Amino acid sequence: MEIFANLFNILYQFLDSFSFLILSAIGLAIIFGMMRIINLAHGEFMMLGAYITSACYLAGIPLLFAIILGAIGVGIFGLIIDRLVICHLYGRPLDSVVATWGISLIMTQGFLILLGATFEGPSTPLGSFVVGDRNYSVYRILLVFIAISLLIFMYWIFMHTKFGLKSRATMQNNEMASSLGTNTKRMNTITFMVGSMFAGLAGGLYAPTMAITPSFGSAFLMESFITVLVGGANPLIGTVVSGGALGVVNSGLSYLYGTFIGRVGLLIVAILFIRLWPFGFSGLIEKKMMRVK
Amino acid sequence: MKRLTAENVTAGLLFIFLIFYPLMASAYNVLNMSYFLSMVFLSLSLALIWGLAGIFSFGQTAFFGIGGYSYAIISLNLDIPDITFIVLISALLIAGIAAWILGYFIFYGGVNDVFVGLITLCVTLVLATFMSQTAGSQWKIGSVPLGGDNGINNIPSISIGNIISFERNYLYYLILIVLVVVYLLLRKISHSKSGYKLIAVRENRERSELFGYNIPLIQTMVFTLGGVLAALSGVFYVTWGGYISPSSMGITAAALPVVLVAAAGRKNLTAVILFTIIYYMFSQYLSVTGSEYALVVLGFTLVVVILLVPQGVFASLFQLLDRLLFKKK
Repeated sequence: MEIFANLFNILYQFLDSFSFLILSAIGLAIIFGMMRIINLAHGEFMMLGAYITSACYLAGIPLLFAIILGAIGVGIFGLIIDRLVICHLYGRPLDSVVATWGISLIMTQGFLILLGATFEGPSTPLGSFVVGDRNYSVYRILLVFIAISLLIFMYWIFMHTKFGLKSRATMQNNEMASSLGTNTKRMNTITFMVGSMFAGLAGGLYAPTMAITPSFGSAFLMESFITVLVGGANPLIGTVVSGGALGVVNSGLSYLYGTFIGRVGLLIVAILFIRLWPFGFSGLIEKKMMRVK
Repeated sequence: MKRLTAENVTAGLLFIFLIFYPLMASAYNVLNMSYFLSMVFLSLSLALIWGLAGIFSFGQTAFFGIGGYSYAIISLNLDIPDITFIVLISALLIAGIAAWILGYFIFYGGVNDVFVGLITLCVTLVLATFMSQTAGSQWKIGSVPLGGDNGINNIPSISIGNIISFERNYLYYLILIVLVVVYLLLRKISHSKSGYKLIAVRENRERSELFGYNIPLIQTMVFTLGGVLAALSGVFYVTWGGYISPSSMGITAAALPVVLVAAAGRKNLTAVILFTIIYYMFSQYLSVTGSEYALVVLGFTLVVVILLVPQGVFASLFQLLDRLLFKKK
């Protein structure tokens, strides 16, 4: 029984870490994979999602709908940001990093000035259960299922819809896609919007579990970048595999030595990994598949 | 450099002004100017690796912090005020080695462009978080407690034997002389063969590689040099204030050099120096009237500059003046 409880604890920590990495990285990975743009304001987009979710929840809207509204709100915000800033920076990845960083500074400090240091958020729903002598949150287990179903949903979007086909065409060869009649600029705008929506959704999902502050996004910042870094260019394969692998590293180190070492370990493993396989897991897997063919 | 251009004229006037500044200004203002000048090195380090070699790094403040903390820890441990000049050099060495190790993993791993920015940002944040949780008494190096968020205090100033101790006006002139030397060296480098190598790496890595240049080596070397410059800034900063804390590496501090260099014009060293000094003078004025909008203004500046004047404000201004005054194409 003791062993079972311990094993369950380890599994729970791993799944928790896995879903955290996947959810925080998924929006960033879509935008990077399709547009080669790293959205440094990604964490702040999540923060915006969390704020919208909390505000809706406080206005009496059920949590589920509040989270959906958060995602839609951030999606619209992403559309505006794309039209105002990002669309002028297509094909200039370094400049877009600097510009999105500017946006992130404005958002963090702007929220601090407008709404103060703390904001009342929803409490964690669904209660908890006991295994061995530890408490586990049901909501966190639910997040794991949501993360997995989001991945499946993303797979469906990109592999089985017309939008997915066009966006993959844009990703593989922008000029060719546009000469065959795909409006690649619009694809980029939609991609940025979808990526923002995923960021808002993730922010809303984590709103009940964390303190809602203007620096909400910084909790996700490093994890999301590292997941995308290790995952490489392919938002589907890369994110899943690197989320899984980094989840093992993070939960293992956190279990043994505490959360801070878990985060540092994540960074060091990522740097070593990139030294060995510069194109991340997507590059590694694509290479293996090419060899089979 | 003998040519008469708006940039050279500005640089000449600026340095003449700085040389005579202590004669005109009050002791308080000279002290402040020493601080501004020590921060110029941080901007220069980013201008070197980003503007010249095309390596985008958020992590210059990490090396700033490594330099500052190394100087503080070593000098306080030794507790011999006469040899702090050697401590300065060893602090630069430590930062250089750290930059070399990080650069080795990044550039020999083939990481480039955006991802260099991400890795350096993560390293900086982890370092800042690590230093700010070192408040307890178990966090000590030698006899010096690291002090967590409060940082380290009472750091001695730079001295050579007991001949000269660099404080107040001496410190000002030390920083100014080093700045002029570094500036002229960097200008010289950027017009030399090694400078052209860096520009080649910036413009087209694949083509330069096919010409037989060792790209990762060149990138690692220039990244190391950038790290040493940033550390120099850190050491001057701690000897100026006698104090360093983790917030000097945090996200706000890391934002600043990027904003300054991007807004001034990252390929133009003179523009970077001038803009950094003007920014710090302005920000000191602003901090009297309330600084919570400072970050918003900084972020806004970044976005606007990138969208409207990607070359940088001052660099574009120099070009305009050249066209008007010196009839250059």
